[in-house]
Amino acid sequence: MVEVQFRFRDDEAVNDPAVTVDSFADQSNATAVRIEPGDDARALLPALDRIALVEVNFPAWTDGRGYSSARILREAGYAGELRAVGDVVIDMLGHLRRCGFDAFAPDKPLNEADASAAWSRWDNVYQATAVDGRQPIWAKRHPA
Amino acid sequence: MYKYDEYDHQMVATRVEEFRDQVRRRISGELTEDQFKPLRLQNGLYLQLHAYMLRVAIPYGTLSGAQMHLLGDIADKYDRGYGHFTTRQNIQYNWIKLDQTPDALAELATVEMHAIQTSGNCIRNISSDQFAGAAADEIVDPRPYAELLRQWSSFHPEFLVLPRKFKICVIASETDRAAMRLHDIGIKIVRNDAGELGAQFYAGGGMGRTPMIAPMIRDFVPLDQLITFSEACLRVYNRYGRRDNKYKARIKILVHELGRDEYVRQVEEEFAHLLTQPIEPPLAELERIRAHFTDPAFDPSAPDDLDLSDPDFRLWVERNTTAHKQPGYVIATISLKPIGGIPGDASADQIRLMAQLGRDYSFDELRVTHAQNIVLPHVRKADLHTVWQALDGAGLATPNLDMVGDIIACPGLDYCSLANARSIPLAQKISQRFASPEKQAEIGELKVKISGCINACGHHHAGHIGILGVDKKGLENYQLSFGGSEGADTSLARITGPGFTEDGVVDAVEKATQVYLANKQGEERFLDTYRRIGMDPFKEAIYG
Repeated sequence: MVEVQFRFRDDEAVNDPAVTVDSFADQSNATAVRIEPGDDARALLPALDRIALVEVNFPAWTDGRGYSSARILREAGYAGELRAVGDVVIDMLGHLRRCGFDAFAPDKPLNEADASAAWSRWDNVYQATAVDGRQPIWAKRHPA
Repeated sequence: MYKYDEYDHQMVATRVEEFRDQVRRRISGELTEDQFKPLRLQNGLYLQLHAYMLRVAIPYGTLSGAQMHLLGDIADKYDRGYGHFTTRQNIQYNWIKLDQTPDALAELATVEMHAIQTSGNCIRNISSDQFAGAAADEIVDPRPYAELLRQWSSFHPEFLVLPRKFKICVIASETDRAAMRLHDIGIKIVRNDAGELGAQFYAGGGMGRTPMIAPMIRDFVPLDQLITFSEACLRVYNRYGRRDNKYKARIKILVHELGRDEYVRQVEEEFAHLLTQPIEPPLAELERIRAHFTDPAFDPSAPDDLDLSDPDFRLWVERNTTAHKQPGYVIATISLKPIGGIPGDASADQIRLMAQLGRDYSFDELRVTHAQNIVLPHVRKADLHTVWQALDGAGLATPNLDMVGDIIACPGLDYCSLANARSIPLAQKISQRFASPEKQAEIGELKVKISGCINACGHHHAGHIGILGVDKKGLENYQLSFGGSEGADTSLARITGPGFTEDGVVDAVEKATQVYLANKQGEERFLDTYRRIGMDPFKEAIYG
């Protein structure tokens, strides 16, 4: 199993083997599931409370379906670990965080200094994703 | 026009630094070219046949004098003294050096410009009506909505790696001057029966290898749901747009394969869900942006008459100016299509001269049109002759707007690594064939559009006469088509038959104009006559 290189959670890391979305429905003991780009993240919604880890696989970072999967899960209230795995590159890190990912296990470990620059790059953001806890620029322009 | 606040400045500055870092990692070898490519594309940097090309965003085609001036300086400093205005209302520089790109971007940032998302599989620069804020027929100025969408789409974390590029257009008048329904999403600002403003959405239009006219997907989205609805459209596309074949990855294919109704059903379902999420900016934000787009201080007593005794001036006024909503003013379009010239090209000096004229005579505003021309949107009639003289002295007063010489052409095989055939020399030959002003006047409105490959950057599907360059057994060959239009009466052009050589296609275009002139009734344009009499008489003349 590929190492988790970055994790933004205080709880214990989950190391259960992740099952596929298809087999998850039949495995009532499974607590970890892996979403491939073509999977419908909403298939997991009925069972969110028994999931501790969702891995979202990026076979190629240029396939952006995993961003929607992540946000959909967070929008539905999923609070467990959301881990980006596969072809995770430096330049995605900030955007993945904004879509709700809180753990990262890149196939090839990333340069720590570059990653650290990526986490702290954007002081402000234009949009509300509603799942990253960030206040968008428009909210700062119009304080309630 | 819109002015950055501290946040906007900071966002662009951050992007420049991010890109500088990406270039550093590329030059050091930390990034391979394959890894770097999608990153540079998201910042408008292409690798073409001979050099890098940088595409700078001109949001909704609106520019200040200072911005235009700097575009001239960039052409001198980082290119070979030219800029190329594009069909996406942007500007491209064709001879950029990779290591200088971050510096060029930093200079652009000083005048609130950037190259963010001008290419790549993300939401591109938002396009709009080049006459926005000046046209007599608009309901409201469409640009505040375009600016709201610009900010929403800039670095939107969920939509940076879509199946394919995504183009949004916003208009607010019945006359469509921006080819709205040939965009991935077209938005028309409308009023409902209650008099409220809202957004009518169209989705799934586009050119490329499979041209499609976008169907309407919702007749009215309230303004306080505009972003949420856009987000629903994009999410359905991001999740279900095809990624197995780049030629079938645009949203038009998804809408076509699902069917319009099923796409609408999915969007509405996603929309209902997203309405529960606090993602919509308050209307106060739209109001804040709108305040940047109030009318300039027009002189209500500006004289409304024009001295047209100079025949050359008169011709230019007739061809290249459009009625303004304010009496005493006109909209003047500067043709970047001199006879035999490269469509859309301007020298650094010409760019700076246009900047100066924009500053002095058009309330510091200029526009870029999708037909690759420049607009001075608010010129006092009393100043028009002075403006024309200055343009004429710089080779910028060609009186051919929307006429056969006002050709749209992509860069083609002279620059582009995707092209199959050259576009520019063909445009130059057609322009020369119809050089006589009398001949042009006789033919009247005739929109000729040339693409050097099937990707259709030259909008050939929407040309009254469209020309597509193809590669036929190693030789450049040109397919001719008739009957396209990008206006409110949007239609796609039909292919005439077998293709031609470069000279052959110029002859065929000339023969087509002869068929038109022989058959024209009353005030019919080429397009009207073609629509009435159909393809056969044209075919007979061309192939007979």
